[in-house]
Amino acid sequence: MESNYLKVEFPSLPENVSLSRVIVASFAAQLEFTLNELEEIRVATSEAVSNCVIHGYRETDGAVRLELEIKDDELTIVVIDYGCGIKDLGLAQTPAYSTDPERMGLGLVFMQSFMNEMKLESETGKGTRVVMKKRPERGTEYGCPKQ
Amino acid sequence: MNLEFMRKGSVMVVKIDGELDLSTSPAFRKKIETELDEVETVKSLILNLEKTTFIDSSGLGAILGRYKRLSQRGGKLCAVNVPPYVYKIFELSGLLKIMSIYPTLEDAFADF
Repeated sequence: MESNYLKVEFPSLPENVSLSRVIVASFAAQLEFTLNELEEIRVATSEAVSNCVIHGYRETDGAVRLELEIKDDELTIVVIDYGCGIKDLGLAQTPAYSTDPERMGLGLVFMQSFMNEMKLESETGKGTRVVMKKRPERGTEYGCPKQ
Repeated sequence: MNLEFMRKGSVMVVKIDGELDLSTSPAFRKKIETELDEVETVKSLILNLEKTTFIDSSGLGAILGRYKRLSQRGGKLCAVNVPPYVYKIFELSGLLKIMSIYPTLEDAFADF
């Protein structure tokens, strides 16, 4: 398979965080990711979509858009919300920063740790866009190096 | 997500069956708080992750919140049957500094 894509939009409900993991894991399974890599992709997706619900819309109504692409053996996950945006990107990306004592502020840390690339774009009043990329470590089909 | 509770002395074991994320963490939080309210002699908590299929930072935050309450009672927090990727997020989050990990429930109880 050379390329594939999937675009889906859903309400910013906590219940849909689980749905987003299923969608992304199913799509990512088209590449030769290990089970461990798929778990990491599920966590990164869960963190990104949870951020839309918690911070983007502050648990009010809104839409979360998920755009997935497979191209040249690389998975790209784009998570978009049209919520309040992030005032201070630097502060938001500080590990363990959170205004809620029940939250650990590690969502972005996990996204960066589990994906090969993670880029955060945001504009206050307009929303936030997270782009994450990951390649299977094996990089082969059925254990044989690609020609 | 379902929770199964078992108590042995001052130790409560919680078996988490299912996913612990943004959607299910509030129920996890509430059920454990209720159990801790009802049995004041419980000081320590063992999380049994044998049937836990997913945890993210929302779940970790709920776990950390319970640790704070237990530490006020002089108790500790442990986990058993931890899947490899969950171990990694425990490690990344720093939770391993405050939480002990054991292979099995028997190993955990041997340490109390």
